[in-house]
Amino acid sequence: MLFNRYRRGLFIASFLAAPVILYAIYVISPNIQAFYMAMTDWRGVTATPNFIGLENFQRVLGDSVFWKAVTHNLGLLILLPAITIVIALFFAYLLNLGGSKGVSGIRGSTFYRVVFFFPQVLAVTIVAVLFQQVFRPDGSGMLNGPLMALGIEPVGFLSNSGIAFWSVLGVLVWQAVGFYVVLFSAGLAGIPRDVFEAAQIDGANRFTLFFRITLPLLWDTVQVAWVYLGILAMDAFAIVWVMTLQQGGPDWSTTVMAAEIYRNAFGYFRFGYASALGVVMFLFTVGFAILSLRLSRRERIEY
Amino acid sequence: MTPVTSAGAPSRSAARDERKRRLGPLGVLTHVTLVIWTLLVMVPIVWTFLASVKSEDEIFGAAWSLPSTLHWDNFARAWEQARIGQYMLNSVIIVSFSTFGTMLIGSMAAYVLARYPFRGNRVIYMLFVAGMAFPFFLALSPLFFVVQNMGSVPVIGPFIGLNTYAGTILVYIAYSMPFTIFFLSAFFRTLPTGVAEAAMVDGASHTRVFFQIMLPMAKPGIISITIFNILGQWNQYQKPLILLQDREKWVLTQGIADISTAAGYDADWAALFAALTLAILPMLVVYTVFQRQIQSGLTAGALK
Repeated sequence: MLFNRYRRGLFIASFLAAPVILYAIYVISPNIQAFYMAMTDWRGVTATPNFIGLENFQRVLGDSVFWKAVTHNLGLLILLPAITIVIALFFAYLLNLGGSKGVSGIRGSTFYRVVFFFPQVLAVTIVAVLFQQVFRPDGSGMLNGPLMALGIEPVGFLSNSGIAFWSVLGVLVWQAVGFYVVLFSAGLAGIPRDVFEAAQIDGANRFTLFFRITLPLLWDTVQVAWVYLGILAMDAFAIVWVMTLQQGGPDWSTTVMAAEIYRNAFGYFRFGYASALGVVMFLFTVGFAILSLRLSRRERIEY
Repeated sequence: MTPVTSAGAPSRSAARDERKRRLGPLGVLTHVTLVIWTLLVMVPIVWTFLASVKSEDEIFGAAWSLPSTLHWDNFARAWEQARIGQYMLNSVIIVSFSTFGTMLIGSMAAYVLARYPFRGNRVIYMLFVAGMAFPFFLALSPLFFVVQNMGSVPVIGPFIGLNTYAGTILVYIAYSMPFTIFFLSAFFRTLPTGVAEAAMVDGASHTRVFFQIMLPMAKPGIISITIFNILGQWNQYQKPLILLQDREKWVLTQGIADISTAAGYDADWAALFAALTLAILPMLVVYTVFQRQIQSGLTAGALK
């Protein structure tokens, strides 16, 4: 018996050793160090960093570029989930319940689901370079080519500071929609068909079927989608860094928190200040998590 | 048995007419909307594929022209001179080892945390799961110095510091732990206990029960999370950006981004489109073949 307990303990320790050690070195320790580094003027050259208290955080308050980045992240945080979820719900509804009788899938739904998902399997950086070409400002750009052929002024998708942010948003939506169509389809597949049929017999039209039956039953899945898209909106680093002019430009019109943290750390070698920005980003993330848990709390529908 | 075939089946064209009649204006509108999104997805990709066989002049000419002759040499230049071959190999090496490592030690940890109550179990589990709440950019600067310092560890240092495959692989594995453990421990908890107990009575060790009974039983969950990790690690950009600054070790995402950003107008645009095609096409082919598994794998990961 005693021997058995010893063996059990040894087994637990041997299975946990590698993951716990790796996790402690590469995840826990950097995250803790970041909070300390945020209170230093560490630039990576001196032997020991100088402790300067909350000075970095005071500087953050006056950092207009960073606050522009915060505004863009908040803009994305509202628009990206809202637009993506509306489009994806619409398509998922059409694909799964858009059939002739309003309760069946439509023809070719598998094909659409496969194609819509394409952008999801491409790395974000690849998508960014792809759209750099699509958005080219001259007549050889995919979009501006036809526009100029029609005699319309070329649009500065990435070079006009009033438009660039919307181009970033557009690409993020382009990439995300397919995944959420599939996610919502999976959610819809979990709802028994007779619920819809019963509603139809009671006289529900497509509109009521969607808003009174489908949406409430899918609410849990919509919540998951909202959180996932929120995380995506908080980051958005690769798209901004690779696709936009001057990596966040023109004129800081597309930059995001992650890009400013990276720029301060590895562009200007202000590791202490970059960590302070990281702490601010962390606070926004926690705020978003709490807020979305609050807002989406609702009675669960059992079926 | 239901009588389905032959006798009295309407002809094909009659069936099509019937369908059209039932489809109505709303049905047509449905299909139009879906086709528009299909085009929105496909056109930029197909346009890139077309540009990859154009000459430099054609690329700077009209956007929608077809290539006059097929310039397959663009691909050769992308592969050799723009080093897409090297970057792709680096990506494959790093992602295969890191996904394997993630799945091996991630499933071991998840299994123990899910099925063996012991003092501290809850704390360790919460520490792992809490990792999902911390944005990667908080740890960005310290992580760079951690990996740099690992380079001066005696004996193994040169293999796990900056600009090394193994160093990058270890970081990928560590950052994949939170979601992998979160997902798999939920999965292990749902598996029945009977089989494992019977095996234990028969004298199987804990380790053997895990590898020969529990792991095969957890196969659907393992497949889901493996797909999730492969795609996620293949996608990485900011981690290699700080960890792999030596061009020789770059991964595909870095290589592609570099051709388009740093090179500017001297860039070999034809090779850039060829490089993009080389990066996109294999992914689309693999996805199309395994689309069922990939779709259900990824959504299961999200719905858990």
